[in-house]
Amino acid sequence: MTLPGSTSTTALFAEGGAGTLRLLVYLALALVLMVLDHRGGYLSEVRRLAGFAAEPLYWVAATPGRLVGAARKSVADRSELTAQNAELRERLMVTTAQLGRLQAVQRENQRLRQLLDGAEAQRLDVQLVGIADVDLDPFRHRVLLDQGSLRGIRSGQALIDANGVVGQVIDVTPLNATAMLISDPSHAVPVRVVRSGVRSIAFGTGRVDQLRLPNLPPSADVQVGDELVTSGFGGIFPAGLALGKVVSIGPDDTNLFVEAEVEPAARLDRSGELLLVWNTPADESGPPEAPPATPEAEPVGKNAEERP
Amino acid sequence: MSRQRASGRLLLLSLLAALLFSLAPVPASLQPLRPFWLALVLCYWLLEAPEMVGLGIAFITGVVADLIFGSLIGEHAMRLTIFAFIILRFRARLRFFPLTQQALAVLVLLFNDRVVSLMIRGVIGEAWPPASFWIAPVVGAFLWPWLFLLLDDLRLKLRGSPG
Repeated sequence: MTLPGSTSTTALFAEGGAGTLRLLVYLALALVLMVLDHRGGYLSEVRRLAGFAAEPLYWVAATPGRLVGAARKSVADRSELTAQNAELRERLMVTTAQLGRLQAVQRENQRLRQLLDGAEAQRLDVQLVGIADVDLDPFRHRVLLDQGSLRGIRSGQALIDANGVVGQVIDVTPLNATAMLISDPSHAVPVRVVRSGVRSIAFGTGRVDQLRLPNLPPSADVQVGDELVTSGFGGIFPAGLALGKVVSIGPDDTNLFVEAEVEPAARLDRSGELLLVWNTPADESGPPEAPPATPEAEPVGKNAEERP
Repeated sequence: MSRQRASGRLLLLSLLAALLFSLAPVPASLQPLRPFWLALVLCYWLLEAPEMVGLGIAFITGVVADLIFGSLIGEHAMRLTIFAFIILRFRARLRFFPLTQQALAVLVLLFNDRVVSLMIRGVIGEAWPPASFWIAPVVGAFLWPWLFLLLDDLRLKLRGSPG
């Protein structure tokens, strides 16, 4: 080493320099940060600012994916595009037809509700968001959305794709938002069995292709193949969104209850664009404590046409 | 002095690259294989230039990573601090290991890091991760010799050139 003697002694004692005391100080600091973040959410302002700073990083990190996408688009065969166009047109027609019927049902629903003098019907609002092409920790079921509070995204909004419920927004910065997927082990969705009307709660398992309905009483009317939809309780997920299908039922560890395995309808592993949905006239302020009083009524009836 | 500054720039660049590599999208099946790039890069600098990189840099890098990855603030900071501390403790020995042996040491360190991460998750109340959680350290250890040679080459070139 060409360093002068004084620094070489510090180099010799570098091990001592990274002494236990400094380690403890840093660990304590990290602990304090974690507690502040986890318990109080005191650091949301810091996160918000960091979101701005991190934006270019996300952009750079997503560049390879974007380039591949652009290349594919420019190389895509004409006939392929024509075929895709035809398919999309067909699908659009079918969907429009279904939508027309749904709107009729919704109007009828609203009228009936007025007749019953019941709760005010809730309008379902949607907004298209993209998933930023950035991988967060693969062992956490989070995705980064490419829009944030500047575009009106709020914490607590539900996310769906073409097939069903995907998750909910948990954290918003001005330019980005983080969503938790329904497969996250700490996530739960209030659900209803379409066939029998049994209500339960679907928990994530940490696996992308599996959810769990724990603690069902053995007498509960749940069968393999049953379709599940969101029940609308809890106020975050509007009622009637498809959630998944029961694939197996078995006794749980205690043998006192029954546990059902559910295959999610949404493609959780990869989908480029998602829809944010929320009920407008319902209380506007974040995740509500009390469930809005909507007795067994679906403002959007995905299952309306599935009923015999 | 300029040599010092060039090294500093390389340090920053390598950390930035490590952050980007951690964020860049890969197919879902490859995701569990993604090594802990930040730890690997930090490991190099801790071994080779401890006068520039210490616990403080490890901690700050961790906090930045937490903010960017959206993890609990302090999680990566704690993991990297512990990682750096162990490396600094055994630096005198680690430095003179042959590369393969170093890779083994890195494997152990990365496993230890996974355990720390598991503890933090446990305290927060997250679920037990799947078995593929444990693959990444092995990948990291395999990458270590190449990363070491690459960074060493870059650093030595920088050291030679600015004169």
